[in-house]
Amino acid sequence: MSPRLSQKIAFALLFLATLLVVLPVAVILFIIVAKGASALSWDFLLTMPRDGMTAGGILPAILGTLYLVLGAVLFAVPLGVAAAVYLVEYSSDNRFSRLVKLAIVNLAGVPSVVYGLFGLGIFVTFFRFGASILSGALTLGIMILPVIITSAREALESVPRHFRTVSLSLGASRWQTVRHAVLPHALPGIMTGMILGLGRAAGETAPILFTVAAFYLPRLPQSLFDQTMALPYHLYVISTQVPGIPENVRYGTGLVLLALVLLLNLAAIVLRARFRRKKKW
Amino acid sequence: MSAPGVAIETRGLDLFYGDFQALTRVELQVPEREVTALIGPSGCGKSTLLRVFNRMNDLIEGARVGGTVLVGGEDIYAPGADLLRLRERVGMVFQRPNPFPLSVYENIAFGLSVHRLAPRREHDMIVEQALRDVLLWDDLKDRLQRSALALSLEQQQRLCIARVLPLKPRVLLMDEPCSALDPIATLHIEELMRQLKRDYTIVIVTHNMQQAARASDRTGFMYLGKLVEFGETARIFTHPRQELTENYIRGRFG
Repeated sequence: MSPRLSQKIAFALLFLATLLVVLPVAVILFIIVAKGASALSWDFLLTMPRDGMTAGGILPAILGTLYLVLGAVLFAVPLGVAAAVYLVEYSSDNRFSRLVKLAIVNLAGVPSVVYGLFGLGIFVTFFRFGASILSGALTLGIMILPVIITSAREALESVPRHFRTVSLSLGASRWQTVRHAVLPHALPGIMTGMILGLGRAAGETAPILFTVAAFYLPRLPQSLFDQTMALPYHLYVISTQVPGIPENVRYGTGLVLLALVLLLNLAAIVLRARFRRKKKW
Repeated sequence: MSAPGVAIETRGLDLFYGDFQALTRVELQVPEREVTALIGPSGCGKSTLLRVFNRMNDLIEGARVGGTVLVGGEDIYAPGADLLRLRERVGMVFQRPNPFPLSVYENIAFGLSVHRLAPRREHDMIVEQALRDVLLWDDLKDRLQRSALALSLEQQQRLCIARVLPLKPRVLLMDEPCSALDPIATLHIEELMRQLKRDYTIVIVTHNMQQAARASDRTGFMYLGKLVEFGETARIFTHPRQELTENYIRGRFG
């Protein structure tokens, strides 16, 4: 086969593979928008559900998901980044640090429903937080910890070694070095992990099933210890548990969830771009 | 204590990396406000010796030091010696220019911000002085907020020298500071060293013998972890007392 021909075939195959990845996303988006757009209105976004969810809006579910996601990120990002800093900058390669790394990998592989059970056992029952936003946010936070830690570790490890050497040679302590010479340059990578975690936390149903999500609760949560509706669970409920929900409401709810995740990601990406200074090395 | 006029002194200095002995019984007195060059073939321990003086070898796992090292008369390996204070007093310039990917200004102010050495309103003045000391001020005064990585390699290396000056060090350690630079830039840095030695003690590691001959006042020749010969540069290069030294500077090995 001539190199020119094999080059063409390779190109065609690679392009096809890329197309096959993009296509389902595009189709999903198209179907959801086509079937759900007609349900969208300010009323739908900003009012309570009525008549056993067959009418009215989905405000409590939107706010509930927003609270849960923000709570999960607020809990998991500081904890995860601190753990990553310890693993990369402080711990030497010993049995303990290897154990921690192994645990993180395993944590990432745990099915989300198991996180739900874990949250039920620890936060709802043991700490007596009850089925509440606090329990749900902590459960989601633990679920996204592996993503946060792993991406933060990679971000820290990609900061060139000489930044640390120079900083230490200037008489900075280990912590000052991390704080001034390493973390600022790892921030964009850390934010990437945050964005991934954010999307995951917003979309998961199983972890919130036992820990926070209310089947039908047409009022806004008043405190961290209240139950709340949440978009993914609400979507599940109106799609399978309650008969007679108009199709465009179901797809509209999905569309809102999608838009919410995109919006949160967009905010995080804008923030990341502001942190990403002249990063060239 | 060291004798007056001695900036750095080692007594019976041994250094091990695990089982490997990298330095053996090094006895050295580096005079103040002079340029001292350490030469020798690769792996002879000259960079290791340099990194003893600001304890950067501490970062290498399994590195152990024996003997005594005095900087400014203080035993820097004594229990309780202030490591961070030592590195403020003994600045280091590395082989490759390695500014942070920050602006020129932020690079020079890095030490100031970390150590909170001066109130922020004095930073401008200190940054200007540091840049003047390395003869960069006129070139860069309008570009202080530009990325340091946009500078030429020579300017970057000057910047790296300027970066240690705000800490008011007594000693500058330079680890092959010109090996990434072209010959003209090399001469410029050597000229800068001659100016800086009025205020600082400079120890430079180089495997460029011409550089040692041109730029230093004293030269130490190292081989296999030992300081074979140490003395005035002119004498070392014209009348070496050791055969090893002579063979090396005549280019018979290395």
